[in-house]
This record gives sequence, C-alpha cells and structure tokens, in this order.
Amino acid sequence: MTDMALPERQQALLPDQQGLKARLQRAERMKKVRAFALVAPLLLFVLVTFIAPIGDMLRRSFVDNELSAVWPQTQSAMQQWTDRSQAPGEAVFKAVAEDIRKSRDANTLATAARRLNYAIDNGRSLVFGTARKLPDQTESWKEAMIAIDARWNDPELWQAINQASGPFTSFYLLQAMDLHKKANGDIVSVSGNNAIYIDILLRTFTVAFSVTVLSVLLGFPVAYLLANLPPKTANLLMILVLLPFWTSLLVRTAAWIVLLQEQGVVNQFLLWLGVVDHPIRMIYNRAGVYIAMTHVLLPFMIMPLYSVMKGIKPHYMRAAVSLGARPTVAFLRVYMPMTLPGMGAGALLVFILALGYYVTPALVGGAADQMISYFIAFYTSETVNWGMASALGAVLLVVTLILYTIYNRLVGISNMKMG
Amino acid sequence: MAMADAAAKRGTSAQNGSDILVTFNGVQKTYDGEILVVKDLNLEIKRGEFVTMLGPSGSGKTTSLMMLAGFEVPTHGEILLDGRSLRNVPPHQRDIGMVFQNYALFPHMTVAENVAFPLSVRGVSKSEQTTRVRKALDMVKLGAMENRRPGQMSGGQQQRVALARALVFEPQLVLMDEPLGALDKQLREHMQLEIKHIHESLGITIVYVTHDQGEALTMSDRIAVFNDGIIQQLDSPTGLYECPRNSFVAHFIGENNALPGIVESVSGELCSVRLASGETVQARAVNIGGVGSKTSLSFRPEKVHIEGIGPDHPNRLHGRVNETIYYGDHVRVRMTVAGSDSFTVKMRFRAGRAVPLPGEELFVAFTAEDCLALDPI
Ligand SMILES: Nc1ncnc2c1ncn2[C@@H]1O[C@H](COP(=O)(O)OP(=O)(O)O)[C@@H](O)[C@H]1O
Ligand SMILES: [Mg+2]
Repeated sequence: MTDMALPERQQALLPDQQGLKARLQRAERMKKVRAFALVAPLLLFVLVTFIAPIGDMLRRSFVDNELSAVWPQTQSAMQQWTDRSQAPGEAVFKAVAEDIRKSRDANTLATAARRLNYAIDNGRSLVFGTARKLPDQTESWKEAMIAIDARWNDPELWQAINQASGPFTSFYLLQAMDLHKKANGDIVSVSGNNAIYIDILLRTFTVAFSVTVLSVLLGFPVAYLLANLPPKTANLLMILVLLPFWTSLLVRTAAWIVLLQEQGVVNQFLLWLGVVDHPIRMIYNRAGVYIAMTHVLLPFMIMPLYSVMKGIKPHYMRAAVSLGARPTVAFLRVYMPMTLPGMGAGALLVFILALGYYVTPALVGGAADQMISYFIAFYTSETVNWGMASALGAVLLVVTLILYTIYNRLVGISNMKMG
Repeated sequence: MAMADAAAKRGTSAQNGSDILVTFNGVQKTYDGEILVVKDLNLEIKRGEFVTMLGPSGSGKTTSLMMLAGFEVPTHGEILLDGRSLRNVPPHQRDIGMVFQNYALFPHMTVAENVAFPLSVRGVSKSEQTTRVRKALDMVKLGAMENRRPGQMSGGQQQRVALARALVFEPQLVLMDEPLGALDKQLREHMQLEIKHIHESLGITIVYVTHDQGEALTMSDRIAVFNDGIIQQLDSPTGLYECPRNSFVAHFIGENNALPGIVESVSGELCSVRLASGETVQARAVNIGGVGSKTSLSFRPEKVHIEGIGPDHPNRLHGRVNETIYYGDHVRVRMTVAGSDSFTVKMRFRAGRAVPLPGEELFVAFTAEDCLALDPI
C-alpha cells in the first residue's frame, strides 16, 4: 500500500516543484540585481576615473587626427603617393599647398607646424617659411615649393607627413621605443642623440628596482622590530613609521634637500667627524633620488611585512630551535621564508609606485636622474604633445604588465599578503 | 627497527650510570618579579618514563616545560639532563624533541622537508635523510603524504607529522605541550593510544603536558598534578585516583563528592568525623590536622552504595533523592546528604532494577577505606 502511494505523491509534487524552481530563480535574480546595484556606483567610478582615462591614453598613442583636421586635402592626396623612393607628384604638392594657404588664413597653421615639428627637424620653420613664400598661383606647385625649401624633395619628409596624416599612426609608439619608420617602410633604430627613450625606460626601472631593494633591506629589520616589541613601544614606533604618510610629499622631499645639500646637516656632521675632508655631493644626483624615494616609499614595504610578521607565532622559531637549528639557521630557513608573502607584496607595491615617481626625482635628482613620468609630464604640460606622452605611458604600462606577469609566475600573487 | 634499538640501548646503558634522565631541583620562575609562576619544582624523571604534568590552565605547566626545553630561564634552582646542568646549554644543543599544541609545522615546507629539517640542520647526508624520514613517516602512518604541505592536511595528520619530526632525530627526551588539544574527542583518544604505543616501542622518555585528566590517566606512567605553581601530588594514575593526597587532587582527578566536617578523634589510619548534619562517620585519615580541626571528606561516586543498607551499617548517612539521571550503562542519583545537595551516587544499571525516585529518603553507605579525610576546602 505504501509502495503505491509513493509515486502518486511524487507526481503530485511535480508542478509544485516547477513553481518552486521559478520562485527560486526570481529570488536569486532579485539578489543579483541588488548586489549589482550596490557595486554599481563603484563600478561607475572606476570606469570614469580609471578605465576611461587609461583607454583614452592608449587611444591617443596611436590615433592621430591633429594634422588631418587642419590639412584635410593632404590626407586624401597622400594616397596618390605610391613610389615611396621619391617625392610625390604634382597633385599631392597642390593639395599640400592649398592646405597650407587655407590653414594660414584660418590661423591653424601653428597646429600643423607643431605636429610636423615632432617628426621633422625644424619642421616648424619649414611650414611657416613655405607658407610665407608660397605664391598665389603657379604652374607647378612642386617646383615652387622645392624652390622655397629643398626639403620638399625629400621622400623622408613625405613619409613623415604621410604618417602624420592619420587617422592612425605608429609614429609615437615607435619613437617611444627609439624606433623610426623610414620612407620605404623599414623600421630602424634612431641614431645617436635622438635615441633617449630606451635609456629613460631602463633608468626608470633601475631606479625603481634599487629603491625596492633598499626598502627591503631597511624595512625588514624595522618590521621585525615592530612585530616583536611589546605593544606599547611598537605602537610608538609605528607612529614614527607612519608619520611620513601624514606629511606632504613636497615637504618631505624639501627636507631631504636641506639635510643633504653641501652645506647641509649631514655633510657638516661628516666633516666634523673627519670622515670626509670636503662635502660630498648627495643631492641633485642619483644618490639623492635613492635616499629620498626610499624614505618616501619605505612605509609601503614595512606595512605588509609587519602584518605578515605579526602573524608568525613565536612557536615556529621555537620549534626550529628545539629541532636543533641554531638561531641564525632557524631565522634563515624558517622565519625568512614565512615573511616572503609580505616581502613580495611590499616589493611589488614599492616597485610599481616607484616606477611612476615624478615629484621626488624632479626635486632631488639631476638631469640624468629623471624618470619616465617626468617626460610624460613634460610632453603633456610643456609641449602639449599628447601623442608622445600617451605613447610613453603605454610603453610603461605594457612593460610593467609584462614584469608583473613574470613576477606573478615566480612569486604567485595569491601568495601575497597586503596586510 | 633501528630507531627502537638505538632507543633501547640508550635506555639501558645510561651515560652516567643513573636511570634518572631529568631532574628539577628547587626550580622557581617569575616573569614579572612579583608572582612566582612556578614556586618550588622538584621532580625526577626516569629514563623511558612517560610523565605527565597535569593541571588547570595557568598552573605553570607550560612554563616548566619551556624551562626544560631552554626557552625560559629558571629564576632560581637548577635543571639537570642526564646528570648535566642545563644552565648554559642553549636550546638547540639540548637534543630534546618538542611537539606543540598548534603543531608548529613549517608551512612553506612539504611534509618530508619538515621531517627532514632536524636531520638537515645536523648535517645528515641526503640519502640517510630520505630513509630516516620515510621510516619516521611510516611510524606515524603517513608514508604516502611526503609531498603534501601542512596546509593541505587535517589536524590529526598535522600532529602526526609534528610527532614524526620530533622523533626522527632520535632525541633522548621528547616534550609535548597539549599536543592533542586542538583535535576532536574521537581523534584525540585515537592519538593518545598511538603516542602511547610509540612511546612503548621506542623506549624514549616523554614529558607530556595536558589539562585533561582522562588523557593523563590513560597515557602516563606517572602524573604530576600542578596547581598554583606547585606539584600537588606525583603518583601513578591509580595512586592519584585511589588515594589523592589533598582535596585539590581529589577534585581534579575523576569525580568527587566533598562533605565538610570536624575531626572528632584519630586512631591510627582512621579517624572519626562529625558532619554538619550531626552524623558521624569513620574515614581514612589522609591529610588532616589534630582533633577539632576542619576537614573535607572525599568520596568517589562509584564507591558509595544506596542499596541493601541495614540499620547496623557502621558508615552510613541519611539522604534524600533530588533526581535520577539515566546514562545507559549506569544511573546517577543526585541527592542531598549532610546538607550538601550535589552528592552524586553512581549506580550500575540493570533492566528491571528499581531506580530511586525523586523525594525518596534513603541511606548512603561506604567503607571507611573509601572515605578520605582531606584538607578543608
Ligand atoms: N611569557 C610570559 N610572560 C608573562 N607571564 C607569563 C608568560 N607565560 C606564562 N605566563 C603566566 O604564567 C602563568 C603560568 O602560565 P603557563 O605556564 O602557561 O600555565 P599552563 O601551561 O599551566 O596553563 C600564567 O598566569 C601566565 O599568565
Ligand atoms: Mg600551557
């Protein structure tokens, strides 16, 4: 009898079960919508303030509409330039000449001149000179323009104009890597004095790496002390570590200038001690950059290290010692490896922050100590060369991501503790 | 098994000819200069013995163990290991294995690396490390888990690794501080037996710390009951249970009924005690002052009878049943006796047997042997 009753009851349940499923889905959907509504403001904020600017920066590094906006005819005429080994034909010259005259009348010649100046030595004088001397009418625009300035006959000039005519250009990105596209399409390294960006990039990474190493060396003992002192003393020391966070970056950097300059406290002290017989130069050079940046970034190393060390209970060391390890061996083989997650996190934090450092090197470094962000700032605020600024930013971003990936492979980001 | 042989050899042929391995000699310890956490510790531990320090939390067990291991320095007194003072021997040279409550396995090393650690710091060759690690892991039945990380193991497995690591370098002495405290009851009981078996097969000396009296009773050769930084009693498990020397031990080990009274007379081993209710009973004079002094009578619940007690029974007290609780194999009867309303009697349960009902008035009886007159509470 019970055997009969069971399937009947199951059948009776079926339609109800479907209703249950639907109700469950509805309830889950509401939950999802609510969860999304909660994160939506943050998402929007991140999109607007972070993703969008980075996207725009990446776009500006290869989208190039400056010249085509003021020289529209040039852009379309350039397609007729097929034989790249010599200057184009009359039609292209005519288009350029008309564009020059029109933009001279429309007062937009400066824009074109500036853009061409990026790619051509003395491009500005070329454009303005030609505009000044260009006749109203002529048989051959080509001959007239070459007569005004012989450079108009140079295919490399035309390659530069072609690259600048948009809508996309590889010019900035290539230049950010010290490369150059020749008229015949070959990509070659730029020569001698013009090849500066690879050096700057290497310098940026060297400085960031050195500062990271210094931070580890200085931060480790401090974090160890903080984690192992009685709470009262540790709290006091912690305030000293955090104090730099509460003072302006500018003030801290300026303080280093006061301390490290040739008449500064440190030099006076060294002279008084007799360690040196003439003041050493510690500022406006690489040493100054290292000292000031390490000081500024040290808390970012100490905090994650401290939080990891705080979690390492003393019984690990005791266990190691009871198993026969000398204290130094126990420290190296047990304690140190257990701090690696904190060290990894701190190192990554310091390294990435150091990569983008601008104010401190600008104030305490010399000309040869400026990092890539100095040049990005230079291009955005001094010469308004957004393309070059964006390209440098893009290169920095890509190289950083590559390094991060390698680091992730080696250390494992999931092994890290930020505190 | 080579390890067992070595241990056995060590057990029989003592270096200094004595069979005492550890001696605490008037050891005192204070952390803050005010309170003596360990007051006056005198203890001798024989080779091959399993000694447990048992006591409530804060009684100074861990401190005593840490002084032996070398992580704390005695404020006063001396600790000898194998007849040699440990005063100037740093912990890593003491050759004492140690197992901690939270295992203290190194999380960045595999199981095999953890167990190999004491060997590698001693400069044992790689190939010998491998064989000894394997042997140690087999001993704790973890042979297949060499390459796991501690984080991927259960608490019981981690504790076995810790055990293997503390034993692999064949120390003469192994200290364990509440090693099973973090395990659930069933696993704990299982591990108690395993540790006991390892102790027997290797012949090592173990000093074990716990606050669990059941654990101490099942595992130990001798138990030192700690309270307030003093050893209250040092005895075998049966000695402690059958003949506690004072009320603290009587309470701490096993179940206990306590009734306050006044000593009326003393005659040899026995004394006569008058209770608050005016009744008088005969008791074993274990730890009392003179006639007229206060005392506390101690009874084990299973040594008190409530059935078939005639009016001529020499040692009986009047009582009233408060409640009866069924435990399957036995019944507990909670009664009011001589003014105390938490007097418990354990009754073996058999089907069909009459069980006392609440409110029932009856007599409880016991022999003078089973009624201990101890210090007043
Ligand atoms: N490192 C220490 N510093 C100060 N006081 C301590 C320290 N370790 C233990 N104590 C104190 O000593 C007493 C005994 O502790 P402990 O030996 O750990 O007892 P048990 O192991 O028996 O629970 C406790 O009151 C505890 O607060
Ligand atoms: Mg303890």
